[in-house]
Amino acid sequence: MTDFLQQVIIGLRIGSVYALIALGYTMVYGIIRMINFAHGEFIMVGGYTLFFTIPVLMNWGLPAWTSVFAAVVVCAVVGILAELLAYRPVRKKGNRMTALITAIGVSLLLQNLAQAIPFIGPNPKAITQDIFQSGTIDLLGVTTNRTAIFTIVIAAFVMVGLQLFIHKTKLGRAMRAVSENKAASTLVGINVNQTIVVTFAIGAGLAAVGALMYCAQYRAVMTTMGSLLGLKAFVAAVLGGIGLIPGAMLGGILIGLIEALITAYISSSLANALVFVVLIIVLLVKPAGIMGKNVGEKV
Amino acid sequence: MTDLRKKSTRGVIVNVAAIALLILIVFMMSATMSDNNYRRKLVPILWHLCIFVLLGTSLNLTMGFLGELALGHMGFMGIGAYAAALSSLALERAGLFSANTAPPLQLILVMLACCLFGALLAAICSLLLGIPALRLRGDYLAIVTLGFGLIIENVIANLPFAGGSGLAEGTASSALYENGLGIKSALQAQYVYFPIIITVICVAFMFMFITSKYGRAIKSIREDEIAANASGVNATYYKILTFTISAFFAGLAGGLYAICTSTLTTASFTFASSSIWNSTFIVVLVVLGGMGSLTGSIIAAVGMYMLNYEIKNGAWVAAMPGFLQSLFAFPMLIYALVLTAVIMFKPFGMLGTYEFSLRKLLFKKTEQEIGGDAK
Repeated sequence: MTDFLQQVIIGLRIGSVYALIALGYTMVYGIIRMINFAHGEFIMVGGYTLFFTIPVLMNWGLPAWTSVFAAVVVCAVVGILAELLAYRPVRKKGNRMTALITAIGVSLLLQNLAQAIPFIGPNPKAITQDIFQSGTIDLLGVTTNRTAIFTIVIAAFVMVGLQLFIHKTKLGRAMRAVSENKAASTLVGINVNQTIVVTFAIGAGLAAVGALMYCAQYRAVMTTMGSLLGLKAFVAAVLGGIGLIPGAMLGGILIGLIEALITAYISSSLANALVFVVLIIVLLVKPAGIMGKNVGEKV
Repeated sequence: MTDLRKKSTRGVIVNVAAIALLILIVFMMSATMSDNNYRRKLVPILWHLCIFVLLGTSLNLTMGFLGELALGHMGFMGIGAYAAALSSLALERAGLFSANTAPPLQLILVMLACCLFGALLAAICSLLLGIPALRLRGDYLAIVTLGFGLIIENVIANLPFAGGSGLAEGTASSALYENGLGIKSALQAQYVYFPIIITVICVAFMFMFITSKYGRAIKSIREDEIAANASGVNATYYKILTFTISAFFAGLAGGLYAICTSTLTTASFTFASSSIWNSTFIVVLVVLGGMGSLTGSIIAAVGMYMLNYEIKNGAWVAAMPGFLQSLFAFPMLIYALVLTAVIMFKPFGMLGTYEFSLRKLLFKKTEQEIGGDAK
């Protein structure tokens, strides 16, 4: 039983990372109906920002985790630039397919640019500092390290904050309106383009928070870290219901739990492949996702 | 009708002549070039070019003609390569054939059978992926194939008979020399017409496919799936059919790769890597050549492969200043820039949907499309 609880905590820990990343996918998809393949690379950008800012901030006497603010800013800027320089011009004159290919192009560009920059390079870099306070605590008879607890608590805070932002602020309401109907939101005076930019910034910022949690646990950054992480988060978003913010949270946690339990009780080498099987099953059984509703398409 | 038939016959004659000329040129080169240049440089290039032409044109079926983004093309190639290598290995272990002593006819038959086996296996896998993803409307194929492309590497490496202890009781990267296919460079030079003829037949088949009634149905789905459905086109069936055919040819290309490569590693079939053997490079080829133009894919495949060869081996790269040289150490960065620039400024690629036809060029007839064009 203790062992099982231990696995559940591991699942919640990695699940909250997936949930934060899935939020970025789902918000962008909800608002412009495009899979942002470059989202995984935003995590990588966040990871490297952490790698470079942690020593600086620690020199100033600040705790290591404060570098997440720098990472959020850098990621948000990269997200906004991707939208302004690549996605928006293509969206104006292209179709669904060209938008997706642009996303692949931006993803490749970021990943390979990072490899070509001499002080980043293709080899993984280790983060030696403790991001959160090290040590373990006893929780309901289960020994867990503090990093896991911090990760879960921060993710919960961020998600509650996001829910409040989406439901209580003017900008959040504008985002929900644009995702429902772009033309109608223009009519009621919403600046659609600005709302899309804000969505990209928030999504990329959440990816940076996810990168902090990932780095706190695995203590390494590499240029390809975003690919598989991004894919799993996307599967989480589809599982919960793509385009739905609560769905991404639920899906992320579920994927984390599934992965942790499969790794512990079935096979660690096949955990990645089995997450992919989950995607196929969701598409076969309920393509709209757990929280999604099947809506007919108007012609 | 007789007029149509006459044109068709004329087209076949012209194209067969062109292909014969192509093979003749290769043989002329083998006679005139020094053995070292020919065997060590030109022959591998020819094999690789055939593989990339097959990969580019087959992905164009899905991306250009069907209008669905598929990101795991190298995954199918990997399945084809491993299936061909392992099946030939099984034949050899059973004592039925040996790559280096087999008589020509037997070797060709074994190569063909193993390639077809790999292609069929790839097609079956694509069927399993296509059925859940393609019966839905939306970008589900993109994400399913992305997942497939990322994970297939992991799966193959974990298969006990393929990665762990399979190929020559070594690791996934162990040598295939003397073990099934993976023929030596002398044999590769001797059988260089094998990939060329296979590629020509496959490309001809793809041309026939897209100019047939199936091709028209598929293009109608690309333009408007709902309207196509309303006109009696079974969109799901045609989408899955096209995707399966596309994967079949990728698997065949994998078989060719297994033949001309001494070592198979899963790293050759990744989603993204710094070499050109990755799924995204094939997407670059298709987008650059023009989504909906097989001619464009062929030109892009040949052009980009030669460009990459120059970047890897050319003297002009070594003569450049250090900064640029380090940039060229990651050629995928350049190809990513090319991809983004093409899609932003010329979204239909170099050729759009234009197809080159030797018959039309020679006889200057402006007439309706007739099937049977090769090359």
